[in-house]
Amino acid sequence: MAEPLIRMQNIRKSYGRVQALEDANFHVNEREIVGLLGDNGAGKSTLIKVLSGAVPLTSGDIFIRGKKVSLRSTSDAIAQGIETIYQDSALVTQLSIARNLFLGREPIKPPRFLNRMDQDAMNTVARDLLKQVGISKNIPPTTPIGSLSGGERQAVAIARAMHFDSDLIILDEPTNNLGVAETQGVLSFVRNARDSGHSCIFIAHNIHHVFQVVDRIVVMRRGKVVADDIDPKKTSVAEVERIITGMSDKEIRDAIADGKPSH
Amino acid sequence: MENRSPIQHLIARPEFGPLVLLVVEIAVFWSINHDFLSPQNISNTLAFTVELGLIALAMTLLMTSGEFDLSVGSLFGFSPVLMWTLFNSGLTSLEVGFVAALLIAAFIGLVNGWFVTQLKIPSFLVTLGMLLVVRGTALFVTDGFPQRTWSAEGSWLAEVLVGDFFIGPFRIYMSLFWFIAAAIALGYVLTQSRTGNWIQAAGGNPSAARARGVNVSRVKIGLFVLSSVMASLAGVISSLRTSAANPNSGTGYELEVIAMVVIGGTALTGGRGTIIGTVLGILILRVMRNGIVLIGVPGLAYNIFIGAIILGMMALHSWLERRHQAGT
Repeated sequence: MAEPLIRMQNIRKSYGRVQALEDANFHVNEREIVGLLGDNGAGKSTLIKVLSGAVPLTSGDIFIRGKKVSLRSTSDAIAQGIETIYQDSALVTQLSIARNLFLGREPIKPPRFLNRMDQDAMNTVARDLLKQVGISKNIPPTTPIGSLSGGERQAVAIARAMHFDSDLIILDEPTNNLGVAETQGVLSFVRNARDSGHSCIFIAHNIHHVFQVVDRIVVMRRGKVVADDIDPKKTSVAEVERIITGMSDKEIRDAIADGKPSH
Repeated sequence: MENRSPIQHLIARPEFGPLVLLVVEIAVFWSINHDFLSPQNISNTLAFTVELGLIALAMTLLMTSGEFDLSVGSLFGFSPVLMWTLFNSGLTSLEVGFVAALLIAAFIGLVNGWFVTQLKIPSFLVTLGMLLVVRGTALFVTDGFPQRTWSAEGSWLAEVLVGDFFIGPFRIYMSLFWFIAAAIALGYVLTQSRTGNWIQAAGGNPSAARARGVNVSRVKIGLFVLSSVMASLAGVISSLRTSAANPNSGTGYELEVIAMVVIGGTALTGGRGTIIGTVLGILILRVMRNGIVLIGVPGLAYNIFIGAIILGMMALHSWLERRHQAGT
């Protein structure tokens, strides 16, 4: 079997005496959207923070395409192609769309010692990206993020991850506080990202949103991954809810097996 | 949003309010006392304006990055005292004393920045502490007395920094050119350069900036150093021009400078800053100080006007900001 894009093995993370992750195992394949589900305190956020370099792990290994990596900071993770888009998306509201897209990697106009941003190039790329990610409205790339809607901001964050060739885009509650139409928009941005070759981890409280977009569902409970191969096409929302709230491992196996006669 | 006319664009700019205020101010003072626009008055006003202005320009960048510096007034007093003390004691030439004063100012900025970014202490407290340390040092070293300022005439340093000449009836000091150069350079840095993007991001959303690999701490430390060096340079220029080095000079300048910056439209909370606005803010306050004296209002009433201007401009900026956010 081909090596997955990301493999996290026996991940432990403790905050003092609190064990947030206990030997969690998790993987994401190439061009795959994985839905990560679990109740509050199940460990999803901690797992994502470890993977995005925001918190150090206590023990365990992370592999990218089979190669062991150490993610000590968010910039480490970004350099390794892992981009995380948080709820309060990591954008600067005062800056324009184009300036946000290129923040930290602004193209420079020669001569280099003048350190001058190539704003024309930034605007051109931004315009294309907005189209590519599927924003239908004609929004100029010089618009400040502060005057965009929540869904549009998610789109800009996704566009940025796509442009800088992140292999894995982690979306933490991207559909929170969004209206129906905006949510559909974000879900289609995620599909577009997968279709152009990126993998995604999708975390959302609303299981229905997860079901609409992911290829595979992973459920965490009490710091462990308790199910990692749920096919949303063959499993019902009710069954997944039961797994999230806690059934015996045997019950889970049965539930998954019921959903997948081929196994 | 895209269909705005150029006039609507102009009105929506944060610099528009201050520009109108400045024009009104000048018109009112001139209509009451025509001497207000006399070459002599303009020359006098400009000479001191650019000295405070140098500090305000650096403060604009620092405030855009979400920090501010209360120690600038004390450095304005301390640096010339240090330079003249070194020179008077025969230890160094005036030029070397000048360089030493700037280097020590840079070090003080570095310490400010280090406390703020590494120990995570708010810049208000750090720079308030530094204000007392620096002012206290200036007073202690001099016993509170002004330093002997051997007339610096003939020294090339004085010529370069504050040499004066006449353009028609206007007496122009070299410091005006330093101010214009600094305004252009810092305006360029803020709006055109990559560093400017980082400064705005550091003030607007530091965690987002960090996540994109921007070294927020380094940006802020650099700006603290810039702020201290500019305050030091301004102090030396003022001292050379007036042939005075008083350990108490610059008292209260920090708040006047911050007022100039916010009146110009830079956000106190960081993320948004404008050098053009600051230049207007500098002129608004200095013209006000000069104008109310000329039209016969008691100088002691100055603060009433300044306070009113700050409140009025803040109300205007917040209104514009809300309109902007609403996308109208």
